[in-house]
Amino acid sequence: MNQTVWTRLDLVARSLFPFALTLLLVMGSIVPLRVPDFSPIMPSLGLISIYFWVIYRPDLMPGWAVFLLGLIQDLLGGGPLGIYALVFLLTVAAVGAQRRFLATGSFTLVWALFLPVAAAAFVLIWLLYCLNLNMLIDPRSTMFQYLTTVAVYPCLAWLFAQAQRALLR
Amino acid sequence: MKRPSGSISHITTPLRAWAHRFAFLLLIASAFGLMLLGKMDTLLVERARSTVTDAVAPLLDAASRPADAINDMIDSLGEMADLRGENALLRRENDRLRSWQALARELEAENAALRELTHAVPDSSLRFVSARVIGDPGGAFARSVLVNAGAREGVVKGQAAITSNGLAGRVAEVGMQSARVLLVTDINSRIPVAVGSGRDRAILAGDNSVRPKLLYLAPGVDVAPGDRVVTSGHGGAFPPGLPVGIVSQVGEGALRIQPFVDWAHLEYLRLADYELSGVLMAPGAMNGTISADANQVREHKGAKGKPQRAER
Repeated sequence: MNQTVWTRLDLVARSLFPFALTLLLVMGSIVPLRVPDFSPIMPSLGLISIYFWVIYRPDLMPGWAVFLLGLIQDLLGGGPLGIYALVFLLTVAAVGAQRRFLATGSFTLVWALFLPVAAAAFVLIWLLYCLNLNMLIDPRSTMFQYLTTVAVYPCLAWLFAQAQRALLR
Repeated sequence: MKRPSGSISHITTPLRAWAHRFAFLLLIASAFGLMLLGKMDTLLVERARSTVTDAVAPLLDAASRPADAINDMIDSLGEMADLRGENALLRRENDRLRSWQALARELEAENAALRELTHAVPDSSLRFVSARVIGDPGGAFARSVLVNAGAREGVVKGQAAITSNGLAGRVAEVGMQSARVLLVTDINSRIPVAVGSGRDRAILAGDNSVRPKLLYLAPGVDVAPGDRVVTSGHGGAFPPGLPVGIVSQVGEGALRIQPFVDWAHLEYLRLADYELSGVLMAPGAMNGTISADANQVREHKGAKGKPQRAER
């Protein structure tokens, strides 16, 4: 009896892992690094994490969790509400359609497909911000943020893959 | 997970897929709803934001300390390499500052005498809360930082956030134990300032770049690169005379200023506001509320005792 309770708890903890990890990354990405000029081009770690887990463990990254993560990102970022929530959800919808194909694909293929997905996500974020503020915002900073995000992807994805192998077998 | 088997699954599987899709669409609709809500009810959004930042603040506080320590170490290593040179530089600066100090003393005495003569109303004193920067949301669209002091420490919305160099921003949201400071470079930041020795009024408007613009300067006003920009104190709780930056670019496109604040080393901020001493509260009354916590230092300073950069 005792054993089953513990195993069940263990199972719940493991199944919460992708959500908890993404939440930690979303919160962690606002820790001040004090690196000159880095803050405006800080990669969107949340986007990477959501992309990864929706491909490999969509059952552990349900829609409400994605929405919640986007909302927290919006609230912590100090920008208009709902933008990241929407962009994260649309990313999930876009990836979900190709999931079976992606999940069996190679690491490079998944990364290659992250390029257009992230590009679309950042363009959408930029557009929504412009609409919300009712003015044209310089897109260069967004472009650099996109580049750092796709550049960081392999490192994070490798770590996620290790974690998945260790915890979610 | 148990899967329904047999003939029932023929009905439930599409039904479940349909419900799944519906729930997803509902979430997307809620995201749009949130955008509208953010436009309509800013107070509610502000409260939601400060609740979340409050919840995350202790975590950020802990996480930002090692980052600070590493940075301090790197900085001190860099300084170590050039101790002699810097020492000489500081000696020279010290000499220069000493003559400025003498001048300031003289002017202070003269100022006091003139005030006495004209029966001028004394400046209200400033009240400070010192806070550590614990969060920097970054990204391409907003320039704000989170600090580890909130309503509990006496932080109020609208206070000026300053460093030892000059004005950094304005308190935009206040939680119990955290607050968000909108930096002067943020696209939503508008601060009334006075330019140059003529103290011509203008509005300092951020546009997310490192150099904010000067707007609404009266036509015919002569502004040159190197002119000092200070807060004018117009339109609210901002103390006048806080150093902001110097005019760095004068062109037909826009006047831009270079803020004094060193954005890469934004570790502590002082949040300052007017204390209407003598009107609402005796000057000494606030002293009784000084907290023992190291990061909640409150000090009293006359407006004329503020740190000013001795450059001009």
